Amino acid sequence: MSEGNRRPPDVADEPSATPAPGGRPDKRRIKRLLAVSWLGPVAALAFVYLLFALLVPETFARSTNFVTMARQTVVVGIAAVGMTMVIIGGGIDLSVGSSVALATVVIARALNAGAGSLTAAVAGVAVSALCGMFVGGIIALGRITPFVVSLGAMTILRGAAKGLAHEQKIDADARGLDGLLGVLPEGTSWMIFPPGVWIFVGLAALFAGVLRYTRFGRHVFAIGSNERTARLCGVRVEATKIGVYGLAGLLAGLAGVMEFATLTVGDPTDSIGLELEVIAAAVIGGASLLGGEGSIVGSVVGASLMTVIKTGSTHLGLPNWVEEVVTGLIIVTAVALDRLRHRAP
Amino acid sequence: MPQHRLVAEDVQKTFGATVALAGVSFAVAPGHVHALIGENGAGKSTLMSILAGATAPDAGKLTLEGAPFRPRTPEEARRAGVAMVHQELSLCPHLTVEENIALGAEPARLGIVTRAEVRRRALAALERVSGPSRDAQPRPDARVGDLPPSGQQLVEIARALALPHCRLLILDEPTSSLGSDDVGRLFSVIRAVCARGIAVVYISHFLEEIHRIADDFTVLRDGRTVGAGALENVAAGDIVGMMVGRAALQLFPRSPRTAGEIVLEVKDLGGAVKPTGVSLTLRRGEVLGIAGLVGAGRTELLRCIFGLDRVRHGDLRVLGFSGFRAPPARIDQGVGFLSEDRKAEGLATGLSLAENLTLSGTAPLGPRGLVFPRRRRAAAERWIRELSIRAHDADQPIGELSGGNQQKVALARLLHQDADVFLLDEPTRGIDVGSKAQIYELIDRLAARGKAVLLVSSYLPEVLGICDRIAVMRRGRLGPARPTAELDERAVLMEATGA
Repeated sequence: MSEGNRRPPDVADEPSATPAPGGRPDKRRIKRLLAVSWLGPVAALAFVYLLFALLVPETFARSTNFVTMARQTVVVGIAAVGMTMVIIGGGIDLSVGSSVALATVVIARALNAGAGSLTAAVAGVAVSALCGMFVGGIIALGRITPFVVSLGAMTILRGAAKGLAHEQKIDADARGLDGLLGVLPEGTSWMIFPPGVWIFVGLAALFAGVLRYTRFGRHVFAIGSNERTARLCGVRVEATKIGVYGLAGLLAGLAGVMEFATLTVGDPTDSIGLELEVIAAAVIGGASLLGGEGSIVGSVVGASLMTVIKTGSTHLGLPNWVEEVVTGLIIVTAVALDRLRHRAP
Repeated sequence: MPQHRLVAEDVQKTFGATVALAGVSFAVAPGHVHALIGENGAGKSTLMSILAGATAPDAGKLTLEGAPFRPRTPEEARRAGVAMVHQELSLCPHLTVEENIALGAEPARLGIVTRAEVRRRALAALERVSGPSRDAQPRPDARVGDLPPSGQQLVEIARALALPHCRLLILDEPTSSLGSDDVGRLFSVIRAVCARGIAVVYISHFLEEIHRIADDFTVLRDGRTVGAGALENVAAGDIVGMMVGRAALQLFPRSPRTAGEIVLEVKDLGGAVKPTGVSLTLRRGEVLGIAGLVGAGRTELLRCIFGLDRVRHGDLRVLGFSGFRAPPARIDQGVGFLSEDRKAEGLATGLSLAENLTLSGTAPLGPRGLVFPRRRRAAAERWIRELSIRAHDADQPIGELSGGNQQKVALARLLHQDADVFLLDEPTRGIDVGSKAQIYELIDRLAARGKAVLLVSSYLPEVLGICDRIAVMRRGRLGPARPTAELDERAVLMEATGA
């Protein structure tokens, strides 16, 4: 389910008397493994998880904690799916945090206006998706750098959320939305995780497939790799970019639904700085801020890694600052290791 | 008279006050290789970007197979069957070979790419360029960024041929990044392309290359067509004459030079991969040429000496200093290095001419680390005059200059930093004949004034023309340096290829 660019096994295993200039077959196998960009993050995740499980077996290793951590990864994870597409396409979206907050406010107001839970959720997602398309439109048609446009959008959306909420939290009857990430009701324990986690997994799988197997997905890679070439070859660069930012907005809106499910209030000051966590997840997962590289699986693993460190540190009784320092170190280490991987013969 | 594939009649284009094309006419026949020749600034690039749809002409007529041809975007030109392979390859390095070939025209069902069809089309396109033998063919699932320049070029040509009806292929300086064995392979690709009835426009500075591959030629000078015809009836000297507008010029001047003391002594130098155990000596007042194939380790040798690449073993003495040092120390010692990659390394393309020129010698521009713009400009203006660099003024962005003038700025930087030992890596790559002649003259002047020059070049006539001694590098090892008089192109090539 990796949407990077590596050789499918059917061809790599074809009988060839003269091995490629890469060298002996076993050397090539190593090379192929190295080409799987999310392998390192997966190994890191497994290592960190086992480490905490050994250090605090009685609390950390419990299955309820596993479910809790999955639940805590959902918001960052869903937003990271969108961010990964944006970054692969050579862009960046700093407005994610504000977009999530705006979505919670929209949902709360919709619920208070008498809308059903589904209608409210759709309203929140739609507003965020439209904002994303708007950001993408300015980036693509105005040819302005994504950093600046989304930096502006970050402030605009935050302001809009505050205006819509009259600068205060909006309490609302969740009408079942809180069930998305709540404790599973009696008789549904076969689900293991609450529905929100499954929605997250489904979205990640869906968009991993979109990136790998659709024209749209391959064009995102092409634009991030070399935009001028993509244009030359007839890729509709503007439309693709608007699509990418629109989808990223849509996913931010869904993250907003999940955030509302957790908070059950519309909070315009919520999720400040969330965009940096989301970018960190993508980068830990092997996305290159220069574009052309990245994978959904990697980003999901990156988001999980950050949750595991956060939770593990709490269970160990470590102060908050230690966890922050460690997370920062992991971001830098991940990128440094990724560079080494690229240089490997 | 065969039906022409593409005809350009009196094409004109002005940018502001500068006239880029004052009236160019030429015609390309199907299945022919048509060489487009001219110095930088003669109008080749403008003409090419008009054909490729990136620029619209002000006046004139273009017809493609009898029908008017007026592409408004590169994409339109491609759809009309006119594909251009740029000097700087335009591929997506992160995508695979087959994805690059299919890019923008992926076969898909409901938006989902049908990978088997992508593979089939890619293999067909690759076979068209390199024949059924798969040895020289890049694997369709290889990442393009992992391929050598020759492989990437092949992919780009294959992508052009994968167009539903490719009719005209424009190759802009296709050999500038290739070694001589790859050049041979490229030429057989071009012949295969022609055999399919596709017309090829071939742009190159290498006249002997043009004689090898092209059927017809057009020479441009100052935005006009000054000569055209079949190549078999014309001598290289005459073409050069048309290009520069005067009789064949004295390309390689040679003033009396006297070899002085040894200023650079390298013993058993080994780099990370290459070179392996290289020894050489360089004296004041001489030009020592390092010939060899691309990839032989010549660039790495210069970079090791200058401290840019890691050194594993060996001894080095330069201008009385021994040991390996980093570039800042080398510059202080009086060593200057000219990079082979002008765009990516040699020049900071976002900065002005004056900033680039003084980058390695800011000390005289002001006290205590200050840089006075006025002094910087004055320093630059001196070299603009001395090297007759063509620019509006010293503050002009370097990117606006022609390749030849950019290279002169890069060389002027070494003069400004007052180097004694010049390490020059491909100093005339990709620049026009006129600028080449001026750079040869400058190198000759340096040697006559007692500077030492170590020159790496893949262009044999120039190595033989300006060097006092020549050593040939092959697979990381350097042969003995011999006086140029004892060598000719054949002998150097034999040694370089190990024949």
